[in-house]
Amino acid sequence: MITHFIHLLIFLPLFGFLVSLFFKTEKQQTYWIQGWLSLSLLTLIGLGISWAMASFQPIDLKEISILKTEHYHFFISLYFDRISFVFGLVGLLISFLIARYSSVYMHREEGFHRFFNTIGLFIFGFQWTIFSGNLETLFIGWEILGIASFLLIAFYRDRNLPVKNAGRVYSTYRIGDVGLLLAMWLMHHFGEANISFSTLLQTSELNHHFETHSLLGSVIALMLLLAAFAKSAQFPFSSWLPRAMEGPTPSSAIFYGSLSVHLGLFLVLRTFPFFEHQLSARWFMGIFGLITALIASQISQVQPTVKSQIGYGSITQIGIMFIEIALGLETLALIHFIGNAFLRTYQLLVSPSIATYSIREQMFGLKKRNLSPPFSKLKATLFLLSLKEWNLEKVNYHLFWKPLKTVGRKLKFIPFWTWIVLFFLAFSWGLFAEIQFNESSEQSFLFPIVFLSILGISMVLRAFSESKSPILSWTLVLFNHILLALAIGFNEHFSLSHQIWYLSGIVPAGFFGIFLLRTLQKKSGKITLNDFQGWSKIYPKLAFLFLFTGLVMTGFPISPTFIGEDLIFSHIHPDQWWLASIVSIGFILDGLAILRIYSRLFLGIHSQDQGATPYQNS
Amino acid sequence: MNHSVHSKSFDWKETLHRIKHYLPDQAPLKDFIHHNTLHAFQHESFHKGLHLANQLFGYQVYLSLPEYQELFAQGKIKEEILDQVLQRRKIKDPIAIKKELFLPDNFSKPTEKPIGSLRKIWKSKLGITLEDLIQPLLFRVLGIYLDQGVSSADLPIRESGFWDTVRHWEDQSWNHLILHPEVRKDFIDGKWSTTDLLENLVGDSSFYEDFLLDLQFEHPGWSGLISNIENNPNSLFDPRTITLEEMIRFELTLELDVITRKVGSTFPKVDEVVSAPMHYFKEVVASETNGLCSIWQEAYEFSFYDQVIGGMSFQKETPKGKKSFNFQAIFCIDDRECSLRRYVEAIDPQSQTWGTPGFFGVTFYFQPEGAAHFHKLCPAPVTPIHLIQEVNIQNKWINDAHLKRTTHSMVRGFWASIWLGFQSIIRLTKQLFLPQKSPFTSSSDDLMNPKSTLTIDSFGTTYQGLKIGFTVEEMADRVYNFLKSIGLTNNFAPLVYLVGHGATSTNNPHFSAYDCGACSGRPGSVNARVMSYFANKMEVRLALKAKGISIPDSSRFLGGLHDTTRDEIQFYDEEGLPNELRALHQKNLETFSTALQKNAQERSRKFERISPSLAHSTIYQKVQNRSISLFEPRPELNHATNCLCIIGRRELTDHLFLDRRSFLNSYQPFDDPDGKFLEGIVNAAAPVCGGINLEYYFSRMDPHRLGAGTKLPHNVMGLIGVTNGIDGDLRPGLPTQMIEVHEPLRLMMIIDQFPEIVSKVIQRNPATFEWFQNEWIHLIVRNPQTGNFYLWNKNQFSPYFPMSVDLPTLPHTFIHLEDSIPISQLS
Repeated sequence: MITHFIHLLIFLPLFGFLVSLFFKTEKQQTYWIQGWLSLSLLTLIGLGISWAMASFQPIDLKEISILKTEHYHFFISLYFDRISFVFGLVGLLISFLIARYSSVYMHREEGFHRFFNTIGLFIFGFQWTIFSGNLETLFIGWEILGIASFLLIAFYRDRNLPVKNAGRVYSTYRIGDVGLLLAMWLMHHFGEANISFSTLLQTSELNHHFETHSLLGSVIALMLLLAAFAKSAQFPFSSWLPRAMEGPTPSSAIFYGSLSVHLGLFLVLRTFPFFEHQLSARWFMGIFGLITALIASQISQVQPTVKSQIGYGSITQIGIMFIEIALGLETLALIHFIGNAFLRTYQLLVSPSIATYSIREQMFGLKKRNLSPPFSKLKATLFLLSLKEWNLEKVNYHLFWKPLKTVGRKLKFIPFWTWIVLFFLAFSWGLFAEIQFNESSEQSFLFPIVFLSILGISMVLRAFSESKSPILSWTLVLFNHILLALAIGFNEHFSLSHQIWYLSGIVPAGFFGIFLLRTLQKKSGKITLNDFQGWSKIYPKLAFLFLFTGLVMTGFPISPTFIGEDLIFSHIHPDQWWLASIVSIGFILDGLAILRIYSRLFLGIHSQDQGATPYQNS
Repeated sequence: MNHSVHSKSFDWKETLHRIKHYLPDQAPLKDFIHHNTLHAFQHESFHKGLHLANQLFGYQVYLSLPEYQELFAQGKIKEEILDQVLQRRKIKDPIAIKKELFLPDNFSKPTEKPIGSLRKIWKSKLGITLEDLIQPLLFRVLGIYLDQGVSSADLPIRESGFWDTVRHWEDQSWNHLILHPEVRKDFIDGKWSTTDLLENLVGDSSFYEDFLLDLQFEHPGWSGLISNIENNPNSLFDPRTITLEEMIRFELTLELDVITRKVGSTFPKVDEVVSAPMHYFKEVVASETNGLCSIWQEAYEFSFYDQVIGGMSFQKETPKGKKSFNFQAIFCIDDRECSLRRYVEAIDPQSQTWGTPGFFGVTFYFQPEGAAHFHKLCPAPVTPIHLIQEVNIQNKWINDAHLKRTTHSMVRGFWASIWLGFQSIIRLTKQLFLPQKSPFTSSSDDLMNPKSTLTIDSFGTTYQGLKIGFTVEEMADRVYNFLKSIGLTNNFAPLVYLVGHGATSTNNPHFSAYDCGACSGRPGSVNARVMSYFANKMEVRLALKAKGISIPDSSRFLGGLHDTTRDEIQFYDEEGLPNELRALHQKNLETFSTALQKNAQERSRKFERISPSLAHSTIYQKVQNRSISLFEPRPELNHATNCLCIIGRRELTDHLFLDRRSFLNSYQPFDDPDGKFLEGIVNAAAPVCGGINLEYYFSRMDPHRLGAGTKLPHNVMGLIGVTNGIDGDLRPGLPTQMIEVHEPLRLMMIIDQFPEIVSKVIQRNPATFEWFQNEWIHLIVRNPQTGNFYLWNKNQFSPYFPMSVDLPTLPHTFIHLEDSIPISQLS
């Protein structure tokens, strides 16, 4: 019974989302989403009751085994306990209310169906994430949430600012993804297969591992925290959250007020056994939580816009929740989460009322501002620093993106054809060499790995900083994937079938993508990465196809490539941290480069618009 | 850096004046007042002004050719009218032009707007995206300086203004806005004048004007608001001193800082990069598309007006002789009252309705009990000298912890998120399923408590320089002018209702655009109540008698307020009615209540989400719920579809179904031989109705640049404006939800008076005359004796013969459910 409930809770949203793609009228769309959401809510309550009757025992469901080899086992697994229950309940309740709210609010809005489809996709991703039983499964949901976020922030795709900010937020998410990928990789070396969350709970086994790999444990913890902090807008990532408030108010409320932004917290709660015995990681978590709370509450005080104020208010409380977890007060953190999610959703939904309310308040002189308060040096400094959001935007840029961009730009001197030649030389040499080495070789060969992976990463860096040709950028991404697959082949026990898993999605998508880009080029004349061109306005189908293809290219869980990615990682040795870093940075940049192509070509102000176009800064 | 040489040839004031002239002129949120969005071009003829605006700023000012062709196909533009327009324009080859009108729209992409081109060249040479580096910071600094109550930090604000305040902040802090030490030092020392900065960035002074125009039109929303606040510093409750010049100076300082840091202290100045100034305002060439569009637009307009004129030429025979009335109701001129008046008249044939600007001829400031500030209750340009206070009442303040700023702090935020959080989910659920009035509602009856007493009588006291209350003489004066202007001077009914209007909306930053424009964006309740008090006062009536208006002792005036969103009317001081009138009043209340319900039903046909097949009472309930629902972006449709202003007796229009499109002002041509009262009406109606009409027109034509875009992502900035997201420019204009059903037609003013008199009257005031002379408002005059119509065209009246002679007929009390109905006769 319980199993069925859990399955239902994942398949209802998936089914709901897929069916919603075919609706044509507002009525169908809104009745449908409210219908399946209330059904999900009922199911969850049913699940809660049966779970209570089973005396609140956590439930572990090992689901489908997708790929199993001697050394590797990829399986989807589900897990249910009080954390899933609380997140599920809050999530579905808020989603249902937001669906109801939006069904009136979004009336007649351009993109009405797109809005509800994306919300559906988001809820599916959310449910999947919170019921996942291991990191691999969780990562699937995590990726879906990232894309849904991107699409909702860029909901007003005919304006530039939402599209820019969507890209900005997505890149922060990708930094978090590096953390998760590396954590997954390191986890493989904990056990033979991917470790399920239920295993983590068996502390005896965990302690055993820690005795042997204490450093490994800390690194995993740090990587998980990186992922959690990026997703939950903690220091130093906080500044993405207010920038995400570009969509219609209810979408900001559901994502950035409540559900999406608390998922980092969820990740930490879910993997808490990992932190339980690692004092240093807990200190780290607590201190960063405290820094976040201090800074964000300062910033929130000097926000002149209401949504950014609420955003920073929410971040402040999430910071405190991390402190609570660090202190071992998980239950308090859970309660705090519920309250904060509800409060911020509501505050964002009623945020336009601040005008009515506060102007009335002013009229009656209830809020008198002190126009000459004490203004010490320290206060002044805090004020200006907070006004500039503690330079977090800049810090993020210099910390993460500038180095990568600089390297990418440095590579510009190599022309396109040279890259092609380089690729084919490397590829044929690599292929030849690989065939020479026996599949079952017990030894790994370092040189080809280093050579191929570095060539691959330079191609992505070049693709990432390309400012003109989308086809060049796209092709280099494709090359990187192929070289990477080849490189890993030089580690021992790597079988060709693994490379095929990995490339089976990417290669067709790569070629199809080039075809799509050429089609657009033919139809529209010149295409460039220089500026937003908004072609989705004229060719919405082409835009959708390209997005879909792009998602396959980025290893989004709709093609075997997704498992291939995991497979690749499983073949990287624990001591090959540099390779793991290169591969994960490569994945992340691939995703960004591709979404950038999509944004530039298909989103933003349409470059050849005849009629009224928005301002650049709207 | 050399900033000692001043450019003497540059006339700074003139340039600043010109920039301000072209910037959008929208007041802070709480005082949303409709105005002509393109007021800067009003000195040109309509089509030329639009053309200029399009060519200079790239604004979209007409529909597209395919849209007009579609309207033609739908029959909304009539062929015979199109021919007439071509004829009137004296076009040489009308057949060829007509052919062109129907060609597909294959004109090349409109050339890029010139404004902005100078800086574009310059920035491309600098190699940095200046606006991305500067605008977010600039907007934040401006936002926090002007903020009226979103942020919670107390900041030192210097009375001497923005420039000094920011320098003080910068001087005091260890962290900085301006990062280059040298630039910062000069900034803090206040060394820079604007021309110094221009000298440094631009060089040659002949480029300054182009440069500054470009700069300010990179963020017209903010610049426009600053310019507006500079002109009306008291429009903010928490006053701030700021001038556009200060803002420009600060922006230029930021630019100098960024460029010095990123490019180096020797960067290419504008005059080194651009060969010659652009001279944006030199003569622009007419584009073909615009020419065609202007013909289409005029044909579109006259296809509609012609029906109205046609309808007005057939009048019902009105029985001669004095008729006695159950009541007379005087409503606001507002187009939203047009349909309600029709229902009232139909339900009680013994009633009479009138129209006048909703401040009812009395101008004053109003101070609610306990308020720290005043509301101005009269048209925006007027500065009243009187104050009316609300006394003898304890206003209940509804507090709402969810909107408190303290919920964002660390410790209190912790308790809030735990304690309030669980409440908010319950409240949200309740509000989504059973909407109720809440602190998020801006309600029409918030302005004044009906049970309060108003200090209407003067005792010679003053408060803050304003006279409290009115003397009998002042009262009599106002009543006299008021009654004379609409022509209600005899045959008074036992009950005369003065019905102001206001609106109720929830979760709506543009709430003030919903209320009465003649009361500066507030409900008209206090004015109605005050005017009724005047007119009921014995001494006033005696004084009026001396002036020739005798109101019988048995007649009483009663003030009230019509809520245009909820379709409810509330009356004030009913307990003061003599017993013999109470029964009559009760009966009239029933008339109003039926009329309101029907009115709501008529309105509902434009709400897609209300099915016409529902029961009447359900429809009424649903209409009312829109005003209190959190998630309703269209509580009402406001002035959408407005396009007429008819100044004349009700008999001219009471047989027509005008579909809530018309401002209706009562006027008796024969009582006003020298046009004195007409002058007053036109002077008020032209800017108010014309302003509303054109704001709707332009927001509809270019929702992105002249309108505020969709309101769904709006974010309230400092209680003074809205932005999209957090980094963008402010968005003045109307949100698309208000204008999407609007049919963009210029206002047609129809005056019932002899052309000679009207011709004189409109020319008396140059500001008023501009509207007609340049055809920003169409004008048709009806000769009250002959019933012939005359069109004001090329500054003279020429006879106008309507082509629509056969209007469809509708039953009188009928509620039509189709979306679009032509003007019809009522049987």
